[in-house]
Amino acid sequence: MSPDLVKTIFGRLTWDAIPLHEPILIGTFAMVALGGITVLAALTYFKVWGYLWREWLTSVDHKKIGVMYIILAIIMLLRGFADALMMRAQQAIAFGDAAGYLPPHHYDQVFTAHGVIMIFFVAMPLITGLMNLVVPLQIGARDVAFPFLNNFSFWMTVGGAITVMLSLFVGEFARTGWLAYPPLSGLAYSPDVGVDYYIWSLQIAGVGTTLSGINLIVTIVKMRAPGMSLMKMPVFTWTSLCSNVLIVASFPILTAVLALLSSDRYLGTNFFTNDFGGNPMMYVNLIWIWGHPEVYILVLPAFGVFSEVVSTFCSKRLFGYSSMVYATVVITILSYIVWLHHFFTMGSGASVNSFFGITTMIISIPTGAKIFNWLFTMYRGRIRFEVPMMWTVGFMVTFVIGGMTGVLLAVPPADFVLHNSLFLIAHFHNVIIGGVVFGMFAGIVYWFPKAFGFKLDPFWGKLSFWFWQIGFFFAFMPLYVLGLMGVTRRVSHFEDHSLQIWFVISAFGAVLILFGIISFVMQMVVGFMKREQYADKTGDPWGGRTLEWSTSSPPPAYNFAFTPVVHEIDAWHDMKQRGYVRPTTGFIPIHMPKNTGAGVVLAGISVVVGFAMIWQIWWLAVISFVALVASAIIHTFNFKRDYYIPAEEVVRVEDARTEALRSLA
Amino acid sequence: MAHAQALTEADKDRFYLTEDHHPENGTLLGFWIYLMSDCLIFAVLFACYAVLGRNYAAGPSGADLFDLPIVAVNTALLLFSSITYGFAMISAQAKKVKPTLAWLAVTGLLGLGFLSLELYEFNHLIHEGAGPQRSAFLSSFFVLVGTHGLHVTFGTIWLVTLMVQVAKRGLGVEMKRRLMCLSMFWHFLDVIWIGVFSFVYLLGVLK
Amino acid sequence: MSAASHDAHHAHEHNDHGHGHDEGGAHGSLKDYVIGFVLAVILTAIPFWLVMADVLPSHQMTAVAVMGLAAIQVIVHMIYFLHMNSRSEGGWTMLALVFTLIVVVVTLAGSLWVMHNLDTHMMAPMPHDMREVP
Repeated sequence: MSPDLVKTIFGRLTWDAIPLHEPILIGTFAMVALGGITVLAALTYFKVWGYLWREWLTSVDHKKIGVMYIILAIIMLLRGFADALMMRAQQAIAFGDAAGYLPPHHYDQVFTAHGVIMIFFVAMPLITGLMNLVVPLQIGARDVAFPFLNNFSFWMTVGGAITVMLSLFVGEFARTGWLAYPPLSGLAYSPDVGVDYYIWSLQIAGVGTTLSGINLIVTIVKMRAPGMSLMKMPVFTWTSLCSNVLIVASFPILTAVLALLSSDRYLGTNFFTNDFGGNPMMYVNLIWIWGHPEVYILVLPAFGVFSEVVSTFCSKRLFGYSSMVYATVVITILSYIVWLHHFFTMGSGASVNSFFGITTMIISIPTGAKIFNWLFTMYRGRIRFEVPMMWTVGFMVTFVIGGMTGVLLAVPPADFVLHNSLFLIAHFHNVIIGGVVFGMFAGIVYWFPKAFGFKLDPFWGKLSFWFWQIGFFFAFMPLYVLGLMGVTRRVSHFEDHSLQIWFVISAFGAVLILFGIISFVMQMVVGFMKREQYADKTGDPWGGRTLEWSTSSPPPAYNFAFTPVVHEIDAWHDMKQRGYVRPTTGFIPIHMPKNTGAGVVLAGISVVVGFAMIWQIWWLAVISFVALVASAIIHTFNFKRDYYIPAEEVVRVEDARTEALRSLA
Repeated sequence: MAHAQALTEADKDRFYLTEDHHPENGTLLGFWIYLMSDCLIFAVLFACYAVLGRNYAAGPSGADLFDLPIVAVNTALLLFSSITYGFAMISAQAKKVKPTLAWLAVTGLLGLGFLSLELYEFNHLIHEGAGPQRSAFLSSFFVLVGTHGLHVTFGTIWLVTLMVQVAKRGLGVEMKRRLMCLSMFWHFLDVIWIGVFSFVYLLGVLK
Repeated sequence: MSAASHDAHHAHEHNDHGHGHDEGGAHGSLKDYVIGFVLAVILTAIPFWLVMADVLPSHQMTAVAVMGLAAIQVIVHMIYFLHMNSRSEGGWTMLALVFTLIVVVVTLAGSLWVMHNLDTHMMAPMPHDMREVP
């Protein structure tokens, strides 16, 4: 075949794109392929494909979608953490004559992929998954407002994750850092596919994130149980609402900025180039208008989890409910006027820098108020130190340190010294691990029995907590020290041997965190094996206070046989106090949405569009795009999207629960 | 704001509803929120135009390029399409299928007219050497106006889809809701166009 | 699921919630659309006339007038075409709109301020130079 024809058919894709010369990648690929084949073979052997497809992949049930989000996040956590270990190992050994084992072009991809994966494909699916799982239950709804859209959003997130993972074995990932600043990420300095992988994976996942944000806002606004006015919503629902408002009002900005970057790369426009009037700083400015709210998108739901956990495990109403709500709303609004603190050093004058420095410091006020609310809730409470509560206390200690280094960085002159240093790296890991990760882990342990009907193993849970907590301090406190000494981020090799000891300590901390992750998975494995012993037949294993604990564990497909009526903030606690009797008769048919495979199809085609655009296989891009629009239109012709669960079925499920409750008594 | 969640007297003493309960439909609110997020995409494009719009890189400026009569015609087409869509909605409320389809068709044709004129303008500019690669000003101009045009294109495809569905299924609650969503989309695009013709074209010619 | 019970569900839903807060857009009357259209035509014609006939003494005044009229026209469209009011959807559409406007203003004004300040301090070529720089 002529080279022209080959290029027309395959675009930029050649055999060179397969990294046969990289032993690390080949090893990884072998492991992934082996693992994948094993899983696929097992699925086939146990004949669960049909079950998986019908009951999970095409499911519009918010609980299953939530669980799938969290599974995606845990899988991607393994990938992202492998990147972290590789970086820690490289930096611990690459001093002086020792070059380490990662060549710079590989190291650069590793730190970019680490950041992108951890934020977009670990933290985001964790919060979206937990919100999906919990919010409809907390507000007494049967599903989200747009169940199909929910399924579609999930698969778009998976599509983005698949696109990132593809870059491991076909071509390469960006070498630009997780925000891909131009001009480095422009065509002139990154002509290969790495940045395109970055752009398309984020765009595909971004569609899912935005739509799921809209979905959850409408769910919370429209579908609350009768009596649940705004100021009677559980705090997790409140923080979810604010987090989703932030998603909807900031992800479009990321979408637009990345579209402009792709326009520079694909069409040769001059938004962020160095010549023809382009201005790379405009990219930095715009992407942080998204980037700062993103931080709060992640941490607000975590704050919500802590509020639920603290009040449950102290057996007290949350101290300062309304101040908690106002603090959340204030943080939501303030998060839009602080973005410049991410680039104090990039040339703004004193007026701009001091404005953004002050707004940044102001944010610590509502956040501090929250910390005091949690402390006052614990004060004179009967605290039960179960695993979720341990994560919460660990969070308070860790997060406060991170918050204080954040206020320090908010001072522009200090930032001039510390910008882009390892001090910054330590700071944001301090708040993201201490805040988001601890929060999500607390949430997973707390709501796991609700989702699956049995508790996780507390021994491995506690082990996981201690490994993470101690590992975190070993891994990141040395980075504060190094940052103060002026060591910058994203460096794969050092000359000064006196620094090495700190990196070694940090690598040791990373290994401790590895044990933490292993223990985290183990608590699920052991919990599953002992599921009879840990079974939760009451539906309320922790003495919970909000509506999700009023139904069975796991809840039936319809969540609540009868829509609950809410009178108080802690609705379930109120029901228990006032002698609520569970209804056992009079069940009626329940109207529910039907499962559909359209989400899988649309997201699958989107990945093909992305792949074709990355490799510039134009014919495939055009065909798959047309197919995408066509299948979306065909889907709109499907008007049969719902069904009724017959009353007999409801009776059967509810009778089984009545029986289970009676056997307990 | 929370009237949907307000309790009646009968609910005061009970913990659950024994009758069937359907929450309000959220489609229109959801679609409105989507429009708000789309609005932010345009905000970014306007911000780029505002910041980069005078970086001509020794190339042509708006005053050299823009042909206001064409813009005026385009504006008129879009404005007329807004009111014809309004007529379609009025017919739809009255459950009159044929007038609804007729007004939708007129709306679609006006949309196509708008798109053809825009394409003509783009083509003309590119042939004059003032393509999107020429300068940051032209980049931000083409991408802002082009993104609006893309929205009109998808709006038109959507409009045709809805016409087929109205013809097949008549004007039930669900179809009216869908028409309402497209109505909001269509009028929203007109609002964005106000920004485009004022900020980009009219002010562009001034300087 | 038969079509009959499907429709029954909607009829039920309709009875349940009446018309007061039916939908964000409610139903515009013919009068609304005509008033909106006439106002929009006027508010479009004036700025085009101001610019094309070069009516006002200074360009700056024209610019202010054009943007002011655009803002008024946006409000006209919102009221007469999008049927915005503070009651639709229990006020949530209005709340969403206000929040979005805040973010839009922050994005536009913030970007202009930040980028202008940055260009000044970095002594980057200013816009009037950039016109000529290749």
